[in-house]
Amino acid sequence: MSGRVLVGVKRVIDYAVKIRVKPDNSGIVTDGVKHSMNPFCEIAIEEAVKLKEKKLIKEVVAVSCGPQQSQETIRTALAMGADRGIHVEVTGKDYEALGPLQVSKIMAALAKKEDAQLIILGKQAIDDDCNQTGQMTAALLDWPQGTFASEVALEGDKVKVVREIDGGLETIKINTPAVVTADLRLNTPRYATLPNIMKAKKKKIANMKPADLGVDLTSRLEVLRVDEPPQRQAGVKVETVDDLVAKLREAGTI
Amino acid sequence: MANPLRGEVIRLYKNLLYLGREYPQGSAYFRERLKSAFMKNKDVTDPEKIQKLVARGDFVIKELEALYFLRKYRAMKKRYYEPEQ
Repeated sequence: MSGRVLVGVKRVIDYAVKIRVKPDNSGIVTDGVKHSMNPFCEIAIEEAVKLKEKKLIKEVVAVSCGPQQSQETIRTALAMGADRGIHVEVTGKDYEALGPLQVSKIMAALAKKEDAQLIILGKQAIDDDCNQTGQMTAALLDWPQGTFASEVALEGDKVKVVREIDGGLETIKINTPAVVTADLRLNTPRYATLPNIMKAKKKKIANMKPADLGVDLTSRLEVLRVDEPPQRQAGVKVETVDDLVAKLREAGTI
Repeated sequence: MANPLRGEVIRLYKNLLYLGREYPQGSAYFRERLKSAFMKNKDVTDPEKIQKLVARGDFVIKELEALYFLRKYRAMKKRYYEPEQ
């Protein structure tokens, strides 16, 4: 086995930022808004780096698809301990239409090209909440998948994954090569401090286009409209039980 | 300031400044507090005292990292997981 792990990292709007919808309802405001690495992608990188520190794998490669700014996200991954980065350049209309299907095609092509033993992704991105890229990547490669992982253990040429499912935990054992998606409780990601960022400047980021991987980016989806969620109605206070009954009758609930 | 430790103190300041960008109350607020905290001790010359202050600064770095992690963890937990019964 090559001992190489591919980790996908996505540049998203920072989790703490208040999202604003564009006045024409075509999307959300991204210009000048703080972006950072998707929190679940941070957990994915941390897991890969931990595996390398335990000497269970040899190399961690961080991959990101997007415009020039995606390189900052890759730099953060390198500062957290990834060995090298791959930036798949996608810009303009292609970037707006970039979704799990396109990214999983890119990840699958890269996995073959880099002879990856394991792909670790975040379970979902906090901007689109698709929760599809990991699953689609595994399907395209015909690899087993361990999704919503809260524990990952490499045992020889197999991977033991403890999954967080409705109602509890499920433990499965899958063959490598495999795709794993990281859930919140998998680990505690380390912070990319300034000294680590400086050290990571020496690490290489390869640049390529989706066409170089033979990937077709056409999307079958079209965003028609983006709206804010409905405003919460203010509550009404009542003085007595009779008032409450009267109000409920008014609202038609009784 | 003792010369060999000057580099360490500057390194500490830069690291804290970098961390302060994500401070919940704003990076400007953090930078003000950071600068005044360092300026308060600018006349300290005893190398042992300086080492102690630098160690305290490293501790603050660890505290900030923990703060940022907890904030993010709690936000993700609240958004994506059912509240515990």
